[in-house]
Amino acid sequence: MTEATQTDAKKPTPKKVDPNIGKNIKIVKDATCTFCGCVCDDMELTVDLDEHRITKAKRACVLGRAWFYEHTLDTRPGVLIDGKEATFEEGVEAAANILVDAKFPITYGMSDSTCESQRVTVEIMDIINGNIDTTTSVCHGPSGMAFQGVGESTATLGEVKNRADLVIYWGGNPAESHPRHFTRYAVTPKGMYIPNGKKDRTVVLVDVRRTPSTPVANIFMQIKPGKDFEVLWALRALVKGKKINGNIEKETGISREVLDDLVVRMKNCQFGVLFFGMGLTMTRGRHFNSGALLSLAADLNDFTHFVAKPVRGHGNVTGADNVVSWQTGYPFGVNFNRGYPRFNPGEFTMTDVLSRGEADAAMIIASDPASNFPKAAIEHMKKIPIISLDTKDTITSSIAKVRFAVSTYGINTGGTVYRMDDVPITLRPAFESNYPGDQEVLEAIRDRVKALLSGKKARLAA
Amino acid sequence: MAETMILVPGRSQRQGTSLNEGKLKDEYKRVTSTAELNEKDMRRLKLKNGDKIKLKSNVGQTVVTCMSKKDEDLPTGMIFIPYGPPSSELMESDTAGTGMPLSKHIEVKITKVS
Repeated sequence: MTEATQTDAKKPTPKKVDPNIGKNIKIVKDATCTFCGCVCDDMELTVDLDEHRITKAKRACVLGRAWFYEHTLDTRPGVLIDGKEATFEEGVEAAANILVDAKFPITYGMSDSTCESQRVTVEIMDIINGNIDTTTSVCHGPSGMAFQGVGESTATLGEVKNRADLVIYWGGNPAESHPRHFTRYAVTPKGMYIPNGKKDRTVVLVDVRRTPSTPVANIFMQIKPGKDFEVLWALRALVKGKKINGNIEKETGISREVLDDLVVRMKNCQFGVLFFGMGLTMTRGRHFNSGALLSLAADLNDFTHFVAKPVRGHGNVTGADNVVSWQTGYPFGVNFNRGYPRFNPGEFTMTDVLSRGEADAAMIIASDPASNFPKAAIEHMKKIPIISLDTKDTITSSIAKVRFAVSTYGINTGGTVYRMDDVPITLRPAFESNYPGDQEVLEAIRDRVKALLSGKKARLAA
Repeated sequence: MAETMILVPGRSQRQGTSLNEGKLKDEYKRVTSTAELNEKDMRRLKLKNGDKIKLKSNVGQTVVTCMSKKDEDLPTGMIFIPYGPPSSELMESDTAGTGMPLSKHIEVKITKVS
């Protein structure tokens, strides 16, 4: 025995002290993280009810832990009008008047809000003949257009976990943006027909740069920026046994040998999946890129089972697509100006409506376009009255005429969200907030809008 | 002399955690104002970690801090920056009829801020 170990042996074993003794603690099992589109619903939250904060989030990833730990009780005023503190009723009155008085009111955001709140938002825009858009338009909006153009060979993440033996990530970095996508759904978990987890899978990653996701892949394809469509179209040709341009490597950075190898793997797998990110939708080609990838997945069904899924960003951006679709018939960029819904990306999408200086009022829910939109759009936002609903102060809330502080969905309020594979999940809130939820604020605004409009109609009739 | 490079804004883990702390907080501002270039580009442009660089596109300009990445991790001629107000400053509003501005492939002229 060495001296060091003798010394260690003499040390008394430190007694484990439960840090929660004497505290008012609640455990929430099977809680849902709504930070990203993975919407992991296997969280176990330890909640300090006295301090109104989550102190432990078992199974959460690094992003999930930040989401749960940083959303605590706030002390900022619930409502501000022109930067001055106001009552809830005054805020609702001001917001409703802005919306009713506007000729071209718009609403935007909603992807960090429950389906129930999204439904009320659509109702408000329907009543006032407004324009509705969600963060989808600057996320997978081009993929939404591609779905309409070429269809979607789809699956749930559960099917992927249990069956997929070839997993391709194209234009995304899940290790940093969706950390548990690898570990919970698509790479390492053992499934019904994938008994050995990652050992039974081949993982391919296609990106313009190496990222922390790269080491997870068995095959990394470093593509030249803006050349996704060319590679996808070449793969489609090769899958169908057609010839491709001999300059493909010079053009795209991917050699013919690598493409041929991938085609063999794609045709011979049992269940293949193409996950695609904003590396496709935010670059040259946009919806054509997504359309090419979706078509490739569809083509491969002549040989095996192949699906494609967009990897979605915000916790309920998929819910926003679903709710706006079932309420209006279209997923985003919807305009009610003529009294019925019309869909036209590029015309009714928020970047365009704002950059052209068309909207004269905006209600922004759970998003921050004043930080993330192009300059021309932000400049126009500064000229019109903004109503903002958000859990934290942002640049958007700082320029709002009426600013509501709201509670956080999934942490303080319940409701329904959709995972990125269109599976609806019920939320289990952890503790109560001193602020109302989005739904409560929106319902109050809706009711006041209705009252103002019926008064207006009565005055016109008289 | 300014050199033209391709700016690729994207998500990063620190950007994700810092936005939960608050987008008006210093850490989020720091993360979204730090651009990455590969070592070869840094040497050629006579830049060292922490230097300020000006990025100028067709529609705007911004000053950010630069950090080096290994040559094998980031191609020559490419700059990566976590999404945020500085990258938005450089984004054109044209969406080519899609609703999506070209957000991940922005041509910028880079100069060292002396």
